[in-house]
Amino acid sequence: MVAEWFFQLNENNPLLLGLIRVIFVVGAVLALVPPLIWWERRLLSWMQDRIGPNRSGTITFPDNFPLKGLAGKKVRTFGLIQPLLDGVKLFFKEDITPSDVDRKLYFIAPAIALFPAFALGATLPWGPSTGLYGILTPIADVEIGVLYVLAISSLGAYGLVLAGYASNNKYSLMGGLRASAQLISYELAMAMSVAAIVMAVGSMKLTNVVAIQEGPLWGAVPWAQNWFILTPFGFISAVIFLIALVAETNRAPFDLPEAENELIAGYHTEYSSMKFAVFFMGEYAAMFVFSGVFATLFLGGYNILPVNWMALHDATGAGIFKFLSNANYWLAPLVFLGKCFGGITFFIWLRATLPRLRYDQLMNLGWKSLLPLSVANFIVVGLWVIGTELYGVAGGWAAAIGAMVIGYIIYLNILTVSKKGAPATTKRTVTMVNPEAGRRSVAMVDPSTPKSP
Amino acid sequence: MSSTLLNQVAFYLLSAIAILGALGVVFLKSPVRAALALVANFFTLGLIYFMLGNQMIGISQIMVYAGAIMVLFLFVIMILKDQTPEEDKSLFQDRRFIFGLLSAIVICGLIWALVINPTMQSFGGEMDRSYGSPQAIGRSFFTTYVWPFEIISILLLVGIVGSIMLAKRKF
Repeated sequence: MVAEWFFQLNENNPLLLGLIRVIFVVGAVLALVPPLIWWERRLLSWMQDRIGPNRSGTITFPDNFPLKGLAGKKVRTFGLIQPLLDGVKLFFKEDITPSDVDRKLYFIAPAIALFPAFALGATLPWGPSTGLYGILTPIADVEIGVLYVLAISSLGAYGLVLAGYASNNKYSLMGGLRASAQLISYELAMAMSVAAIVMAVGSMKLTNVVAIQEGPLWGAVPWAQNWFILTPFGFISAVIFLIALVAETNRAPFDLPEAENELIAGYHTEYSSMKFAVFFMGEYAAMFVFSGVFATLFLGGYNILPVNWMALHDATGAGIFKFLSNANYWLAPLVFLGKCFGGITFFIWLRATLPRLRYDQLMNLGWKSLLPLSVANFIVVGLWVIGTELYGVAGGWAAAIGAMVIGYIIYLNILTVSKKGAPATTKRTVTMVNPEAGRRSVAMVDPSTPKSP
Repeated sequence: MSSTLLNQVAFYLLSAIAILGALGVVFLKSPVRAALALVANFFTLGLIYFMLGNQMIGISQIMVYAGAIMVLFLFVIMILKDQTPEEDKSLFQDRRFIFGLLSAIVICGLIWALVINPTMQSFGGEMDRSYGSPQAIGRSFFTTYVWPFEIISILLLVGIVGSIMLAKRKF
């Protein structure tokens, strides 16, 4: 019934259907932000051995309540109403605008910060491309889907930079500048890691990326799906992409733009009431949508498990696999949502586990580790593609593994030659100027050794 | 509502924003606002490319201009701080204004004569869908234009190495 109505709409009024597609994505993102905030607070407090918000929403029914089963009972909702109450609080708080801010930019900045999070969802397919889901998702199946994701996510810095600038506050400005510097640094590694995937797929369409992942695993195992996280180069890309993702959404341990022990609250120091809430909402919406991007690129999109049910059905003839194949089709949106929630749970887990990086550690990680690794990975994938085209599947793997081994040997050589491979946390050296030897000469002093008199 | 009418409405709306943005770059006093107007102009230009059916050029416009260059541009402006110039009262008596107006008219005339007039006939046509697709662009980069492409990448590499050499004084 509903499906037929949508098919008719597709023929008669594609414009209205387009609008419905937009509402599906934007509505889902908007509606899921409060539960996400609740989930983060509860999970974080559980991980840190605290209780967290669990009192609001507890209903105690009176003894003379008409429904006998509920009379005198206490119904707990585990603090599920807390985000709602937070929203009410933020709405009714006084909206203070400091007197010396750049007013127009100060008002525009939260809106610009919110824009990329919602715009990013436009190319994500949250269901299979056949049948009913095919006309409902994605909003626009553009030729340049991956580039669109990268381009829109790079616009995310504008809101933060403008907020920092317009607030007319040193701490805000520093937060905004840090946000933009961080974004520029990690964008490169992110783009290179995704470029490797684009090369393996041979198309930038996100629906094609998912379709390739539904093919046989490693080109050899017909009953399994080739999720990119299960392939060696895809796994490296996924790790790089995930780290860059955390940095781009300004989440711990990369939350330097709002490092509260250094910058008060960073770029949103001067924002209060609803304007602050918009920044907050933008951060969670971005987390949600970026998790969707990760699921699409590396985790097989909307597929529930990396198993090709129809191939199993054809091989064994068992009816259960046909049923599972149908279930995989119809449950696709729920599975996609589940993957997004999994990604956010990972974000929260990271926040509970890792301390915030120092600024130089952040830059070293981005420029000296992630970028070379992603470029090397890019070359390996290139060789894999050439090898597969020339000598078949086995040739491709031989080329890729050979390139990986050579790359690792080169890396070890560089490590031993430069001796700068030790992570910054294990040993800290302080650079001091030796006044006797002139201004240019620099001596390295290890603080752990006692100073000679 | 017919789709051509809708396309026209969208086109005029986007063009209006792009033109306002371009005017804002020139007329806004605060450098940061001018930069923001430039971002708005680039972004809407990218959207107009999308409307014309060339997604690759549109996304390049947004990514390269609105995304990367503008972030660096904002950096520079913020380091310069807000240097709003004094109000220039004697604008029309200034000789620079007259010469500026004259050269603007000359440039507009040149653009009309050399660019817009010869291409007038090609406006309003339907474009081939495969034209300017990512695959086509990539193929022409690595076949027809492989030497210019490689030489440009070496040039960029030299630029990067040079800027690091200049910026990093101590070794």
